[in-house]
Amino acid sequence: MKWIAAIPLAALLVGLPFFAGDFYVNLASQILIAAIFALSLNLLVGYGGMTSLGHASYLGVAAYISALLTSRYGWGHGAAALFSIAGTTVTAAFFGIIALRATGLGFLMITLALSQVLWGLAYRMSNVTNGDNGIAGLTRPMPFGISLDSAASFYWFDLIVASFAFLMMTIFVSSSFGSSLKGVRDQPRRMAALGFNPWMIRWITFIYAGFWGGIAGLLYVYYNKYIHPTSLSTTSSAEALLGVIAGGSGTPGGPVVGAALVLLLKNYASAYIERWNMLLGLVFLFIVLVMPTGIVPGLSKLLRRGSR
Amino acid sequence: MTSPATDYALEVIDLKKAFGGLAVTQNVSLTIRPGERRLIIGPNGAGKTTLFNQISGDIQPNSGQIKLFGADVTSFAPYHRAHLGLSRTYQIITLFSGDTLEHNVTLGLLGLQPSRWQMWRPLSFYGDLAAEARRTLDAVGLLHLADHPVSEIAYGEKRRVELAMALAQKPRVLLLDEPLAGLSDTERSTVKSLIASIPRETAVIMIEHDMDTALDLAETVTLLNYGRVIVDGDRDIVIADERTREVYLGV
Repeated sequence: MKWIAAIPLAALLVGLPFFAGDFYVNLASQILIAAIFALSLNLLVGYGGMTSLGHASYLGVAAYISALLTSRYGWGHGAAALFSIAGTTVTAAFFGIIALRATGLGFLMITLALSQVLWGLAYRMSNVTNGDNGIAGLTRPMPFGISLDSAASFYWFDLIVASFAFLMMTIFVSSSFGSSLKGVRDQPRRMAALGFNPWMIRWITFIYAGFWGGIAGLLYVYYNKYIHPTSLSTTSSAEALLGVIAGGSGTPGGPVVGAALVLLLKNYASAYIERWNMLLGLVFLFIVLVMPTGIVPGLSKLLRRGSR
Repeated sequence: MTSPATDYALEVIDLKKAFGGLAVTQNVSLTIRPGERRLIIGPNGAGKTTLFNQISGDIQPNSGQIKLFGADVTSFAPYHRAHLGLSRTYQIITLFSGDTLEHNVTLGLLGLQPSRWQMWRPLSFYGDLAAEARRTLDAVGLLHLADHPVSEIAYGEKRRVELAMALAQKPRVLLLDEPLAGLSDTERSTVKSLIASIPRETAVIMIEHDMDTALDLAETVTLLNYGRVIVDGDRDIVIADERTREVYLGV
């Protein structure tokens, strides 16, 4: 039944460029990137109970590595993409070892601190990163010789990657490993007594989330053809975290809805109100008060109540 | 793993543990044979659960040794000990309350399987695990509730799920921390016969206050008080011992 309902949605997503203007197609591309990013953060926050405030690190590291390799060192996009994802994954593995010495608030503070270190590096190491000016004049890759420069072609490329990411992360959380992860979130002591290694489970998840954060970062830099230290900032991490929580952490669809909401608010509200962050705050206050578990769980609860 | 030759399933050697100035385990030594049925008794605060927590690896002793089938596991993590055949239940129910009974027991099975690391295949594809989980639930008389979340079932039933999770692992040493606590008379006799039916390959060490029921199940008894072993040995001898009456039975 669920799959039948997904068909019109899939048709709508694939057909979007045929009936929507470039502005909306580009907006959709950005939402897809934010969705992958939020989904990867959701692995930590929702399924692992590890609330990270430094997830922008992986987006930023992947974007910066790719930008530097292609613009400064003249690498091809394929090799640069592989290298940046590998670099991001290694960064996540290293950060994970440090951050997972703590849980809860301590974990959150360490992830925040580590991402601030990277942000500081991007800002201050201006001979490499070009500092506050960012790195501009980047290009998009041409997979199989197809140019991704038009809004529609990039959107479709983006949609393929996002669909794959969604599928892989959804399978991940329903797998044996995903069940172990949720178990470790709920009862770490019991899980250890049952033969599971809680630390290893958390660490592998941390790396996997970093990997998909890196994929989002690559798409991000391809889309913008520009990278600036703000993409590594706490604001960037916090926006994703807000999206995950508002949409519904620990659900497959919640982060997608939440990421879309944040992005739409950012794009629309900022056109009318200068202090759009204030509006974002009010919207989140409303969500937290009315649907404390997030939009997706909240709405599905309403629907169930309605159908009864 | 090949175990060094030993006659014991579990050996606790001169174990000591203190929380600050409070000595909760003082020079405790115990030996449990394979398949033995051991009851651990003692007043509240005697250090029974703390002893269990050290055997299972939840807390580290200050000194002393713990051996499983001859292998020194004192510094091993809890999950490592589980893979050597140790299982336990908790005095305070520690289940996955949002998940179904079947899923809870499946986690118990999964914990000892290499497929617990599998990331690319939904858990629901492992039909054999689910079938085994249901068999175990049937054995504890809860098959009819297999698809219900733990949060929906009664307290006494949760106790049996605790037991089912541990039994599913087919442990060689099973620690039961007050399996009868808070149960009604009928539930008591159900759980009692469940424990009695645990295969003889499994050594069972049980903390229990309900002496009427527990003594029937035990072959040997250890009496703890203030973190020390007071009396240790065959059931009837320990029960007849004057110190037992003094400390515990209060007669």
